[in-house]
Amino acid sequence: MAEITLKDIIKEENLVYKRSKIMTNKTLSYCPGCGHGTAHQIIAHTIQDMGIQEQTIGVSPVGCSVLMYDFLDLDIQQAAHGRAPAVATAIKRLMPDKFVFTYQGDGDLAAIGTAETIHACNRGENITIVFINNGIYGMTGGQMAPTTLAGMPTSTSPYGRDTSMMGNPLKITELLAMLPGTYYVTRQAVHTPRAVRQTKKAIRKAFENQKLNRGVSFVEIVSNCNSGWKLPPVKANEWMVENMFPFYPLGDMKVDGELVNK
Amino acid sequence: MAKIRGAVVVDVEACKGCSVCVVACPSQVLDLAKEVNGKGYNYSYMKNPEACIGCENCAIVCPDGVITVYKVKVA
Amino acid sequence: MEKELRLMKGNEAVAEAAIRSGADAYFGYPITPQSEVLEHLMLEKPHERTGMVVLQAESEVSAINMVYGAAGCGRMVMTSSSSPGISLKQEGISYIAGAELPCLILNVVRGGPGLGTIQPAQSDYFQSTKGGGHGDYRLIVLAPASVQEMYDFVELGFNLAFKYRNPVMIQSDGIIGQMMEKLEIGPQKQRRSAEEIAKQCPWATVGKPENRERNIITSLDLVSARQEQHNHKLQAKYKEIQEKEVRYELINCDDAEYIIVSYGSSARLSMKAMDILRAKGVKVGILRLITLFPYPTKIIQELTPKVKGFLAVEMSCGQMVEDLRLAVEFKKPVEHFGRVGGMVPSPEEIVEALEQKIIGG
Ligand SMILES: Cc1ncc(C[n+]2csc(CCOP(=O)(O)OP(=O)(O)O)c2C)c(N)n1
Ligand code: SF4
Ligand code: SF4
Ligand code: SF4
Ligand SMILES: [Mg+2]
Repeated sequence: MAEITLKDIIKEENLVYKRSKIMTNKTLSYCPGCGHGTAHQIIAHTIQDMGIQEQTIGVSPVGCSVLMYDFLDLDIQQAAHGRAPAVATAIKRLMPDKFVFTYQGDGDLAAIGTAETIHACNRGENITIVFINNGIYGMTGGQMAPTTLAGMPTSTSPYGRDTSMMGNPLKITELLAMLPGTYYVTRQAVHTPRAVRQTKKAIRKAFENQKLNRGVSFVEIVSNCNSGWKLPPVKANEWMVENMFPFYPLGDMKVDGELVNK
Repeated sequence: MAKIRGAVVVDVEACKGCSVCVVACPSQVLDLAKEVNGKGYNYSYMKNPEACIGCENCAIVCPDGVITVYKVKVA
Repeated sequence: MEKELRLMKGNEAVAEAAIRSGADAYFGYPITPQSEVLEHLMLEKPHERTGMVVLQAESEVSAINMVYGAAGCGRMVMTSSSSPGISLKQEGISYIAGAELPCLILNVVRGGPGLGTIQPAQSDYFQSTKGGGHGDYRLIVLAPASVQEMYDFVELGFNLAFKYRNPVMIQSDGIIGQMMEKLEIGPQKQRRSAEEIAKQCPWATVGKPENRERNIITSLDLVSARQEQHNHKLQAKYKEIQEKEVRYELINCDDAEYIIVSYGSSARLSMKAMDILRAKGVKVGILRLITLFPYPTKIIQELTPKVKGFLAVEMSCGQMVEDLRLAVEFKKPVEHFGRVGGMVPSPEEIVEALEQKIIGG
């Protein structure tokens, strides 16, 4: 066959991937290469694929993703720092037929909001929680988070996290998997195409589960914070693979209410 | 044998030049441009368009969702 | 229609009123002296009676944020607590005020500061009327003086909350919450349907259909000029509330030379003091505040030239009296009498205070 030009390929009928229409036209406020953006794209595609825009209510946290309501074309409530699971509890209890999800950072979910997180999970609220663990407080400029690795420097642990003084990094997801109120608990990432595909499956399952009314579906996404880690995006992802993944290993912890033995 | 040809379109002004797509491409199609866009970012572009297989890898890892992917089968 | 009479505690009356007014949800956490609200709700099975959601939260912080979530969906939602718990709720109340959500909050006040006492007090007046949490905002504050008013103010509170898209607080105290009185209860109202809610609250987050913009519930606006505008809008609302929603009761004020300004259980005790003083020939009247915010400044300004002095009677070290002084503008003597820490003033003490501080002073 004769030479095929770009013009021949770039045609509507050959389209295989484009940004979800659940994403608004606003430029994401995230730093270049930040996993928050990728996680947003995945959630948007999932809601689009499931055709549930009209049935979905999101809850945004306090953290870099506070403005999630600017980026996802959904009805969204912005919650006080750490309180998203309580807000989502009420929304879901009052509208049990809707799909309700929270989107929270590690400071939001695992420090100031620990009580709200644990109790929403323990009550088995029929909601989806998306947890972005970047091991740091991104929004406020890179302070230590409950998830900050031992020895990891942050602006409030400038010589590295000294666990004898500052406590140990908190594996809250493992903790939540132990609760009878969680139905699906998994840890994923969004730094490579393969990881994105896995995460998309996990998010889909976490939303589909709401139809079963069996409890919380919890998806942790181990993510980068290039600004907080003071690394360029690709380097940050490499650092994440080398340092975060050994402590926060990826994979399912609980599926269909059953703990996964590893 | 049927051969796959792909192509991507990057929304140049919306690209933040993070290069996550560049390393995600299995065929070394993409690179950051020497020039910058209106926001001062070296945007991503197809340096090597013939190699694109339309696998979508670059698009799905792009945090800003600025890549559109097309694909055709050629005889 | 046949009147239905009941004998109930103030706290139980609130619970019953919530169910009968067609409330959609209640979220709370136990604390003395108001635990009967949640207890009565659980006993009454409102989920069966009306489909109302009732949930015991893990803390007051969580409860008030559940209120935020429900209110953001346009639902009729309330919470209740007592002073230490209300302090915990302040973060959420500030967010609710900022996001302009309607809700009802009951504070059955006990003595403070700190864990204080479980006995009745009125020492949360500043917290209720001046904002309470951070930022420039106001609650509409209703002060019941009977079990009947505990009941009636639930529906009134919800109506005001939705009319102004603003949190409303019922500031009661341990006496009114715990005492039993006969009251008349209203018929069971239907809860609004999802369609009615969507129509009444077009701003509510109930899922975004194709044909409308998405709804966002937030108190955040990082653009200072817009945040300033938002604040001005809130202030205009509070001004309108001050103009339209002042509620009070004047008792024997027509010929009064002295006026006791009081509210809640203090006002009831002041009534007895008034009777004693009237029997002695002292012309005393009572201005009973029904709204603490808005404060009835105008009627006080009208009364000021006609009287010799005012006595604020409240179970605090002197909070409401500050608003009274502002209204009187030093034109007449204004004094304060109160017992605190859970101590309740006797009518005789109030009589003595008026005689010594105002008449003799
Ligand atoms: C009550 C309260 N305390 C503190 C803050 C300041 N604050 C804003 S975001 C944040 C940390 C967010 O970190 P994380 O949840 O990890 O989100 P990230 O930005 O990393 O995505 C803090 C402490 C606040 N807004 N409210
Ligand atoms: S500060 Fe960190 S978490 Fe926040 S947008 Fe930037 S990279 Fe992402
Ligand atoms: S991943 Fe997206 S934003 Fe980053 S360089 Fe590629 S196209 Fe640009
Ligand atoms: S579609 Fe696949 S091959 Fe083409 S540029 Fe993107 S990653 Fe490379
Ligand atoms: Mg973080």
